[in-house]
Amino acid sequence: MAELNTEAKPQKGGKKKPKKLSTRVDLTPMVDLAFLLLTFFMLATSMIKPQTMEIALPTKDKDQTNTPVKASKSITIVMGKNNKLFYYFGTKENGVNPEVITSNYSANGIRQILLDRNKYVVSLVKKLKAQRANGKISEEQFKKLATEARGDKDSPVVLIKATDEASYKNLVDILDEMAICNIGRYAIVDVKKEDREYIKDKDI
Amino acid sequence: MPKVKIPRKSTAIDMTAMCDVAFLLLNFFMLTSNFIQKAPVQVVTPSSISEIKIPETNIMTILVDKTGRIFFGIDGQDKRVELLQEVGKIYNITFTKSELKTFSVIGSFGVPIEKMKTFLALTPEQRDSKESAVGIPIDSTNNQFKNWVKVARTVNPKITIAVKGDQGCSIKVIKNVMGTLQDLRENRFNLITALEEVPGEK
Repeated sequence: MAELNTEAKPQKGGKKKPKKLSTRVDLTPMVDLAFLLLTFFMLATSMIKPQTMEIALPTKDKDQTNTPVKASKSITIVMGKNNKLFYYFGTKENGVNPEVITSNYSANGIRQILLDRNKYVVSLVKKLKAQRANGKISEEQFKKLATEARGDKDSPVVLIKATDEASYKNLVDILDEMAICNIGRYAIVDVKKEDREYIKDKDI
Repeated sequence: MPKVKIPRKSTAIDMTAMCDVAFLLLNFFMLTSNFIQKAPVQVVTPSSISEIKIPETNIMTILVDKTGRIFFGIDGQDKRVELLQEVGKIYNITFTKSELKTFSVIGSFGVPIEKMKTFLALTPEQRDSKESAVGIPIDSTNNQFKNWVKVARTVNPKITIAVKGDQGCSIKVIKNVMGTLQDLRENRFNLITALEEVPGEK
């Protein structure tokens, strides 16, 4: 392709023709250059765009009304040190402390409890996903319906309380669990005195 | 016995095809990738299943490293110049033209405003050194971080806030950052995470 056959045939007549120069170009340096640039671009750039997790916090306005959470629907997660977490359902009732259970951030830990508690919504979202896969509903419809399902009145409310000993990874993990378990109603709240008492003996 | 003659072949290979391939790859990499931005500290982000991509422009990055130091950066050189001027006004510090120019090419920084002048006078190598990375103060008595965010928002109203925290950093600092953002009525922001596979979806 890049070479042209320009070799002149020897002529009989003895007429001297100027020798034609080959038009063939040595492309080796060009290849060198191309690979050099290629390596540079491969090393100096990144292909992956970072992922983000969107988070919306309530405003800090003083006049905001605190909506009380139904005790029967609430799950409180207290994040402790050494990648441990503690959860309990409801609140203190008639002076009896709720049962505080120790768990962790793994797939067999808190996720199972949340999935179990949120069964209804999880199955609903699963159905919607199947419908989306079949092409029955569009992506927008799915998003709308899934958000509706997650905000269901009877779905559990998760209160996330992070002690100062917990790490940032724990927080992201727990927010992730909310997404995995399709929990639409959750809030990051401050740790209260009683929570500290609940986990005092267990948080080692 | 007559010797079998092997015809001599030229060792020159046609490089055209190789050249084509190399340039093709080069083009691909040039178009699909974006440059790695130099960060003052190494931050290992936690992973999440979220698949939302971060926008490329109009972004404010808040870096929080393992030890809880805070670094701050916005995109756009002209925006950075404006940012430094405005923040300087709050603390009664005026920056010279060359200082503003130096600032405009720095991706993100982590120095208190009082030390900004000395920081900008350093050579780029010194600026990258560990001694320069002290972090922006965020204490309730001296919350410079709040002012940076506040000014950045006025400089670029379309800005998105992205918090990039190290997975090992204490939640205390993150809470502090979040609280400050809440004070500024910035209730929506992004947490930069690495990708993780969604469980049960393969």
